[in-house]
Amino acid sequence: MTLTEQFPVLVVVLPLFVAPLLALLASRGNLPWLVATVTSALTFAMAIALAAQVMQTGVIYYELGNWPVPFGIGLTIGPLSAMMLMIISGASTVALVAGRESMNAEVGTAHQALLYSCWLLAMTGLLGITVTGDAFNIFVFMEISSLASYVMVANGPKRQALTASFKYLVTGTLGATFYLIGVGYLYMMTGTLNIADMAVRLADVSDTLPVMIAGGFVILGVALKAALFPMHAWMPNAYQHAPTPVAIFFAACATKVALFVMLRFQYELLLPNLGPQAAFLSSWLIPLCVGGFLVGSAVAMFERDLKRMLGYSSVAQLGYIVLGISLANSAGVTAAMIHFFNHALIKAALFVAVAGMVLRFGSSNIEQLAGVGKRMPWTTLGFVLAGVSLIGVPLTAGFISKWYLIQAVLELGGLGILLTILILVSSLMAVVYIWKVVEVAYFKEPIDGQSMVGVREAPMPLLVVLWVLVLANIWFGIDPSIPITLAEQEAAGFFGGAR
Amino acid sequence: MSDASLILLAMALPLVFAGVIALTGSNRNLRDSVMVGSTLILFATVLSLLPSVNAGGRPSVALFDIMPGLTLGFSIEPLGMIFALVASGLWVLTSLYGIGYMRGAKEKHQTRFFACFSIAIFAALGVAFAENMFTLFIFYEVLSLSTYPLVAHKGNEEAKRGARIYLGILLGTSIGLMLPAMLVTWYMAGTLTFQPGGILQDNVSRSVGAILLILYMFGIGKAALMPFHRWLPSAMVAPTPVSALLHAVAVVKAGVFTVLKVAVYLFGLDYLQSLWSADFVMWVAAFTLLSASIVALQKTNLKARLAYSTISQLAYIVLGAMLANELAIVGGGLHIVMHAFGKITLFFCAGAIYVAAHKTEISQMDGLGRKMPITMFAFLLGALSVIGAPPLGGFWSKWHLMLGAVDAQQQIMIAVFLVSTLLNIAYLLPPVIRAFLLSPPKDDHDDHGDKHAPHGVGHRFGLAEAPLFCLVPLCLTAIGTVLLFFFVDPIRGLIQSVFTGAM
Repeated sequence: MTLTEQFPVLVVVLPLFVAPLLALLASRGNLPWLVATVTSALTFAMAIALAAQVMQTGVIYYELGNWPVPFGIGLTIGPLSAMMLMIISGASTVALVAGRESMNAEVGTAHQALLYSCWLLAMTGLLGITVTGDAFNIFVFMEISSLASYVMVANGPKRQALTASFKYLVTGTLGATFYLIGVGYLYMMTGTLNIADMAVRLADVSDTLPVMIAGGFVILGVALKAALFPMHAWMPNAYQHAPTPVAIFFAACATKVALFVMLRFQYELLLPNLGPQAAFLSSWLIPLCVGGFLVGSAVAMFERDLKRMLGYSSVAQLGYIVLGISLANSAGVTAAMIHFFNHALIKAALFVAVAGMVLRFGSSNIEQLAGVGKRMPWTTLGFVLAGVSLIGVPLTAGFISKWYLIQAVLELGGLGILLTILILVSSLMAVVYIWKVVEVAYFKEPIDGQSMVGVREAPMPLLVVLWVLVLANIWFGIDPSIPITLAEQEAAGFFGGAR
Repeated sequence: MSDASLILLAMALPLVFAGVIALTGSNRNLRDSVMVGSTLILFATVLSLLPSVNAGGRPSVALFDIMPGLTLGFSIEPLGMIFALVASGLWVLTSLYGIGYMRGAKEKHQTRFFACFSIAIFAALGVAFAENMFTLFIFYEVLSLSTYPLVAHKGNEEAKRGARIYLGILLGTSIGLMLPAMLVTWYMAGTLTFQPGGILQDNVSRSVGAILLILYMFGIGKAALMPFHRWLPSAMVAPTPVSALLHAVAVVKAGVFTVLKVAVYLFGLDYLQSLWSADFVMWVAAFTLLSASIVALQKTNLKARLAYSTISQLAYIVLGAMLANELAIVGGGLHIVMHAFGKITLFFCAGAIYVAAHKTEISQMDGLGRKMPITMFAFLLGALSVIGAPPLGGFWSKWHLMLGAVDAQQQIMIAVFLVSTLLNIAYLLPPVIRAFLLSPPKDDHDDHGDKHAPHGVGHRFGLAEAPLFCLVPLCLTAIGTVLLFFFVDPIRGLIQSVFTGAM
């Protein structure tokens, strides 16, 4: 067996094994950071290789220890899983490379090795969720990533980080519990935990009450994890108070993994076997999505803290994704998956820019960033371009997402036109909150008495990462074939090639 | 060079020059000569595309497919050719004028100003050459964004507020109304390519089409149809060269040009005539036309008055598009040219008056004709052209628009045109009358005679004209309004080939 064939498992196992080693390293110098970054980059490279393989040859199946499924644990890497692997490992690498100085500034050296160890564990968990084909396995990985995440958030520079982490913990635990209850019901009805096997056996018990209840619990559980409105309160808090590199990492991928689980359950298990009830579930999600993107954008307009503002913006963006998922048509799922990819690019770029500003200004309060456009021109320009992509201006990745989403929404007819208008209203609100930053950055004089000495351009690694992300935003706005191909392959899988 | 590479060259030049201007910013003489040179090269490039369009060709080039069927590409048809010629041609004069104005008024950040100007022209050309609605939309947005720093140029509270309104309305209407209209068009017709005869009539029912028309017409905020006209007066906080080229020519004409394109190439005139909302938009345009004129009457600030006059003149073109017959479309196309020359002359004069005499209010202009006879005479010509009096170019566009109204049997619209002409006279001529016929106030004389005369030409004759850089362009555009009366035929022929050449 060649090494390449082991990539599906290595991509999870590598960070899992490095993590405890990292905890043993003395927290001194740059060694922990270096190990974590190299591990993350290797994982990223494997993820790209896997994605290339999936695009060429289709879904990859892997049986752990050669135990045949459903007795052993099977790994399944479809197009969407491959995309998620790239997003997670990519976001982690980006955040580590860009965030080194921020980490030194915000987290005491004594804790850094442990923090990086948790970081790799969180990444392991997130990656594991996306590759496994086993429902209970998802829960295990979910817990691994969540527990590590709580620790990471709690390491934030201010004491509020502790309460933020606690809120996150309560919500996250609730979500995981609901999910586990749901899986329990499904196991009760089918006697299996392998998702593919479960899908086959559910056909015999479709439309029964326990399956419906299971569906409800699973969707609610992952919705809590994904910070779907109105269960979003933990997220802006966690983003604001977590160390900034952690915020970069989580903003780009953490909640999307929960949505990935939602997508798989919706389309592999629930919709085929629940008929009208599942459609009912979907129609119940749509108002929540609309509420999410309207409220998220509206609150973001009035936020004074940059990180918190971006947190609420994420609430809105997740609303778009769930809207795509709950449309229950092929175009909607495609749109949701494209936005997985594009939103990761956008939010990572925005948070990297913010990390630079916070590093130099020592604050993420928008009012105090006056004059940042002159002091840190490249960082600010990167922020503005990523913001333009967030708004959805043509020739950026964000536009592709909006375009696909609205085309999918229009398939609903009259309701579609209403939803289109609401989506555009929310985009206009995004213009407002991004523009608020632009005005402060370029047109406002610094507050009197604020020392601007020593405020200079962000460190080079951060700038490089930022501009790679910004250019990727533009690249995938002009040539979006990679995310679109992956998304359409996956959607074709869900809908039996009907497109 | 092939036409395709000429198009790409014309698109690339202003961008390259924006960079060069930014780089040579430290030496302002070098920068300004580079700028004037670049405007000439650009105009020559655009002009060299004219013969093949005149011969009935549609030079085009596709850059790349963003999604299947959604191309970023350019294709030049007669209307776009005319708009591009007007924008790039008047840019030459405006850059000369801009040098005189910015130096005379001692404005700061001149390099940023001229670089953004270049980008704005790039965007205007992109709008003119767009092969489909999607490409047009992109450049339309670039135009809004690139002009924001120009409007906010002064950087004080008033300028920032004005710029915020400017950007808010333009982005809001385009994203909130035009984009959904585009999305629905794409969803139903499967294409956004501009085609002679339209793309909607076979794919979209009349009731949906009527709503689409409303979305498009109000969504094109740059056409300043009421109630989305507030941005234009707000933009007047910008330095006058911006008001002259962008808010009398490039930006607003990009708006009405888009209106014509949508009417002719997306809806098609036959389909357009059958929509109830065409009448509705026509009435809105008529209302805008008259009420903006009435507002203009009450404005005492010269630039504000000109701004409302522009709103009213833009409504002529929208009205012409909604009449939906060949004569009216020709009239609308002609009006893009005629109004551009007339209004840019008026703005140049307003700027010259500001630079030379520091006057912005009409009431201060008593007797100004004695000090600035050339400027005020040019103002008179520009005003008469906008009014539509022969022998000035503005006559032809109004003539065709009225013929179009007759053709469409809209007698009331003829009356609207006539009443508005009277209103034009009432608000455009008083500054001239004051300047030439009233005597200057006593205290004014010493103040300005000495302080600013050294900039001017011929101060030893008691004149106090603006610097030559300002004066020459405004004379040229004023002469242009006269010449356009006599040499209108090639332009009219070109616009008519929209219908003869293609249908």
